[in-house]
Amino acid sequence: MPDMSQITRRNFIKIAMGTTAAGMVGGITSCAAKKQVVVVGGGAGGATVAKYIRKADPSIEVTLIEPNEYYYTCFMSNEILAGERTIGSIKFGYEGLSQHGIKVVRGYVNNIKPAEKTVTTQEGYTFRYDRLVISPGIDFKWDAIEGYDESVVDKMPHAWRAGSQTITLRKQLETMKDGGTVIIAPPPKPFRCSTAPYERASLIAHYLKQHKPRSKILILDGNEAFPKQQLFIQGWKKLYGYGTGNSMIEWLPSSKEGKVVRVDAKQMAVYTGDFEDKHTAAVINVIPPQQAGKIAVIAGLVNQKGWCPINKKTFESLQQPGIHVIGDAAQAGKMPKSAHAAYSQAQVCAMAVVAALSDKEMGTPSYLNTCYSIIGKDYGVSVATVYRLKGKMIAPVEGADGLSPMDASAEDRKREVVYAHSWFKNLTHEMFG
Amino acid sequence: MTYKTTRYALLLASGLMINTTTWADDGSLYMLVGTCFSCHGYNGSSLGPTTPTIAGLDNDTFVQIMTEYKDGERPSTIMGRIAKGYTGKDFQRMAEYFAKQPFVRYPQLVNTAKVKKGAILHEKYCERCHQDNGYTDYQASGILAGQWMPYLQLSLADFQINARNMPRKMKIQIRKMIKGNGEESINDIVHFYGSQTRTDVDDD
Ligand SMILES: Cc1cc2nc3c(=O)[nH]c(=O)nc-3n(C[C@H](O)[C@H](O)[C@H](O)COP(=O)(O)OP(=O)(O)OC[C@H]3O[C@@H](n4cnc5c(N)ncnc54)[C@H](O)[C@@H]3O)c2cc1C
Ligand code: HEC
Ligand code: HEC
Repeated sequence: MPDMSQITRRNFIKIAMGTTAAGMVGGITSCAAKKQVVVVGGGAGGATVAKYIRKADPSIEVTLIEPNEYYYTCFMSNEILAGERTIGSIKFGYEGLSQHGIKVVRGYVNNIKPAEKTVTTQEGYTFRYDRLVISPGIDFKWDAIEGYDESVVDKMPHAWRAGSQTITLRKQLETMKDGGTVIIAPPPKPFRCSTAPYERASLIAHYLKQHKPRSKILILDGNEAFPKQQLFIQGWKKLYGYGTGNSMIEWLPSSKEGKVVRVDAKQMAVYTGDFEDKHTAAVINVIPPQQAGKIAVIAGLVNQKGWCPINKKTFESLQQPGIHVIGDAAQAGKMPKSAHAAYSQAQVCAMAVVAALSDKEMGTPSYLNTCYSIIGKDYGVSVATVYRLKGKMIAPVEGADGLSPMDASAEDRKREVVYAHSWFKNLTHEMFG
Repeated sequence: MTYKTTRYALLLASGLMINTTTWADDGSLYMLVGTCFSCHGYNGSSLGPTTPTIAGLDNDTFVQIMTEYKDGERPSTIMGRIAKGYTGKDFQRMAEYFAKQPFVRYPQLVNTAKVKKGAILHEKYCERCHQDNGYTDYQASGILAGQWMPYLQLSLADFQINARNMPRKMKIQIRKMIKGNGEESINDIVHFYGSQTRTDVDDD
């Protein structure tokens, strides 16, 4: 997948010169009357906010800066691991956004100067803004697990950013012999999509059950519990023999020495808990602890916990006025770090940005999140939450914070899978279409 | 409902959507209805393959459906949970908004022979309530023309197993239809509705 290292400097210049005159400091034209919004990051949050700002006020010039030519959604990427989906189906370009009049610039932002209201890319281009929105997603804490850093991700993929990592992990599963063990190691919360490791375990089990039925999955968890736990366990019992001696999935919580503290990529081993119990496996998926994307750190937007505190109504940073933060990087209270949440926040943030630039009242926000999890063939579950602003907090509306029922019919479990696929289609079109 | 012009779905999808008010005019309203687009598509027209389009429903129908979801009177996988997040007044405002949006119809894979059979069945058993070939939401009957076929199948299945209350007279017609034309007639009629791609745009 394209990443920073593959984008040549020449490419950058060509693209930057071709698409952005207005916002560039020292650029050829700079129509002073037009308000400038710069969006950093063309993922779930960034793509949506750029689009919705233009919808709300087409007179605003929106420049979206993103290093990659294509975005690969993490959402639904677990189906690729199961062999149920192709990588092409989670790949999105930026032509759709260009058609909405958004200036899409390929570049990697490495500096933000809030006092001067400028953003600078690695390639040396500077953009002025009246309002800045950043949605950079996550960064990995490479020093958190001894032995786990960027140099070993091909051997022990995290696949927590989709694209080449997803393909690497899928290939490893394909080449693994029947009877092998797959380790999945989720970090302590908070991290991106805290249900996804368990969906991943489920969908890998779905694959192994059909093709390598003697294999096992071991979840070595940095947590004591996980979201939708009862629903997952019910599904695992039904589909993968969970709880029996012959279970395909085994889960070790942190109290049972599940937490990974050290890895040895050469030996394909991980060490867990206080006593550093050794586990070896054919495939090891380490999901490292996370924090807000690096640019948020550079711009002084993060707190000690590594995430960006924000005003929950406007998503404006509490540390740097004029800069809004959405998506995984933001500390949005009860909203999880999901694509749906990033999308919902982006709609609200767009309204706040437009209001701030036109001295209008932004109105009362509404937020919503759903996370579908596909546990196996014809077996899906979900959580859906409607949120409102309550004082300074984003709070679930009472009664509207619910999981799929435990006793749902097989028919409903099946429907949730087809509805999950519709959700993906509509949501990605909202973002990139 | 009257329509001034007729256009095809794909034109709309490529960005020719006609908008009257801008988003900045009423932020609260747009943020409210915006929570539905993730699953039902922009302005309530879904790209499928299963989640229904909710644009163009009559105000009262819309409020009735949402209230039934909220009260647990209409079966659902997820809408029952979502509807609980909103008030009756929210439903009113959403209803007014979505009623004004065009139901954008996308081509679906249909079997021509089935469509032909379905057209005849529709005329005979359903047109009196699902008027104008199912394009019109008449007396809270919903819009069937161009709705996603898998969704129509699921709705009809819910009626058949009595998970959802079927209007008494519709039940009689469905029974007659199946009796006279076999179980497969349900599929034929779904293909007929799925084959409808006329998109109606109010041009002012
Ligand atoms: C396996 C897995 C499954 C998931 N499943 C679901 C699911 O089912 N449902 C769901 O809702 N969510 C799911 N998620 C979570 C979802 O992917 C994230 O929450 C979502 O992508 C967050 O959006 P974002 O905009 O914050 O970040 P991202 O989508 O990661 O976008 C960030 C973008 O910013 C760019 N960027 C970063 N730094 C810079 C910079 N300095 N300059 C310019 N650009 C920059 C990046 O290249 C990237 O394109 C899943 C995640 C994983 C890992
Ligand atoms: C997470 C996805 C999701 C979201 C978000 C969502 N819906 Fe739905 N909606 C569905 C699904 C799925 C169905 C089919 C019923 C079911 O199984 O829940 C549905 C059905 C409906 C129907 C019935 C349509 C018909 O003609 O039968 C209406 C009306 C509706 N939704 C309105 C809304 C409104 C209004 C919102 C925003 C407040 C909304 N939905 C948000 C997924 C969603
Ligand atoms: C007497 C009037 C009447 C007749 C005749 C009738 N319907 Fe209906 N139909 C309704 C009403 C009213 C509803 C809405 C019911 C509700 O949502 O509670 C409905 C709902 C439906 C729905 C569900 C729509 C949705 O959004 O979920 C389908 C599908 C449907 N009808 C198909 C048919 C077919 C096929 C026929 C002919 C065989 C038919 N109906 C005949 C009145 C009728």
